[in-house]
Amino acid sequence: MHGKGLRTLAFLTALTLTAAYALVFFWTPNEADQGFVQKIFYLHVPMAIVALCGFVAGGVAGLMYLRTRDGKWDLRAYVAIHLSQILACGVLITGSIWAKASWGHWWLWDEPMLVSFLIVFLLYATYQVLRFSIEDRERQARYASVFAVVAGAFVPINFAVVRMAQSYVHPRTLGTTTGGMPSEMMLTFLIALAGMALLFVTLWKYEMASKSAGAQVRALRLRLLGDDDALPRRSAAPTL
Amino acid sequence: MLRAVGAILRKDLLLELRTRESVPAMAIFGVTTLVVFHFALNRPTVEGDLAAGVLWVSFLFAAMLGLNRLFVAEEEQGGFDGFLLAPIDRTSLYVAKALALLTYLVIIELIAVPAFAILLLEPGLWQALPGLVLVLLLGDLGICAVGVLVSAIGIRTRARDLIVPLLALPLLIPVVIASVAATAPLLAQGGAEALPGRWLLTLALYDAVFAAIAYAVFDDLLED
Repeated sequence: MHGKGLRTLAFLTALTLTAAYALVFFWTPNEADQGFVQKIFYLHVPMAIVALCGFVAGGVAGLMYLRTRDGKWDLRAYVAIHLSQILACGVLITGSIWAKASWGHWWLWDEPMLVSFLIVFLLYATYQVLRFSIEDRERQARYASVFAVVAGAFVPINFAVVRMAQSYVHPRTLGTTTGGMPSEMMLTFLIALAGMALLFVTLWKYEMASKSAGAQVRALRLRLLGDDDALPRRSAAPTL
Repeated sequence: MLRAVGAILRKDLLLELRTRESVPAMAIFGVTTLVVFHFALNRPTVEGDLAAGVLWVSFLFAAMLGLNRLFVAEEEQGGFDGFLLAPIDRTSLYVAKALALLTYLVIIELIAVPAFAILLLEPGLWQALPGLVLVLLLGDLGICAVGVLVSAIGIRTRARDLIVPLLALPLLIPVVIASVAATAPLLAQGGAEALPGRWLLTLALYDAVFAAIAYAVFDDLLED
């Protein structure tokens, strides 16, 4: 059921991302201060925004699981969170590269965005550990959902608190001081953001489709063989 | 609800009074951490930022010790089953455990803060005391609000001692940031400066938000 429209979506994603990065390389002007290096912005910032939204979406799905007790919601939360974890790795790596290139250090502690992202990343790194250290599937789903809700709420709060210890190194590209960004950059950035969001949705749907197809196969085999133990599970990841 | 909270709290404090499982270990651990800091930093005295950091890291680690043990009696001796069978609101367990942990933390602070003042602190403690009590209380509330929830999550997993600090430390980083920022001017060299109001407000808001979240989801942890 999740497979429907996947091909169109994948095509759209490829198109948007290709267009975005073609614009990045051939159309947008080089930034005056940082030059070519600044173009990592079109990868770094959309990834960060999509990863954070993914974490929050995982929290919402976790809340839905707690309210409905429908395994689908837990699976949705799981897939959203672990895709966001992968994106978050990318954010930390590209952020570090950008920091090295434009500020001369791989890491800056007085940089609220970087630091709060690291804290969020470390928190979510525990998600899998927690999940797979509970054997009972129903309890695993419940505890993972509680984690997803708490951590999802923690994401914006953490950013607010870390930001209070403010510094002004980080380019405040989207905040209150938007003034500086030329319209070409803004447009390209928005296309890149849309492409990244589409990529996230495509991967999410793809994994959901794979999981629910797997669950269907299992159910069919179960009816043929009449014995669930005959089918060894390959991973501890949740299924339907 | 109030009566249930009172009963569970009384049970916990009585149990602690008789077995002395958590509080002495937490207090000794807190003081030992201070001593370790003296050697690790290789400084006879600390003040300002450094003093605030040393103090809060010691409390935080001592609190982790308490968090690991908070629900052990319930888990090992069937307290959860008894609790679930009783016709009472389930969040009363959360409130009672948070109050019990708060009591433990206050006790270890009564021991560790004077020890800190004698062993490490350069400026006098008296001038800082009124503000410090307020910050400690708000910080403790934050540790309790998050810690009890994390402890309840961790107790039913295979890797309890591992999960609890891994989850609690990132969640408590905002508390550390705000508490240290609020404590630092109190312990500054040459007299306590004014208490930074916005950090107190941050702490209070954080405590309130996480207490509300934990209150809302705690039910779901206790279902089987």
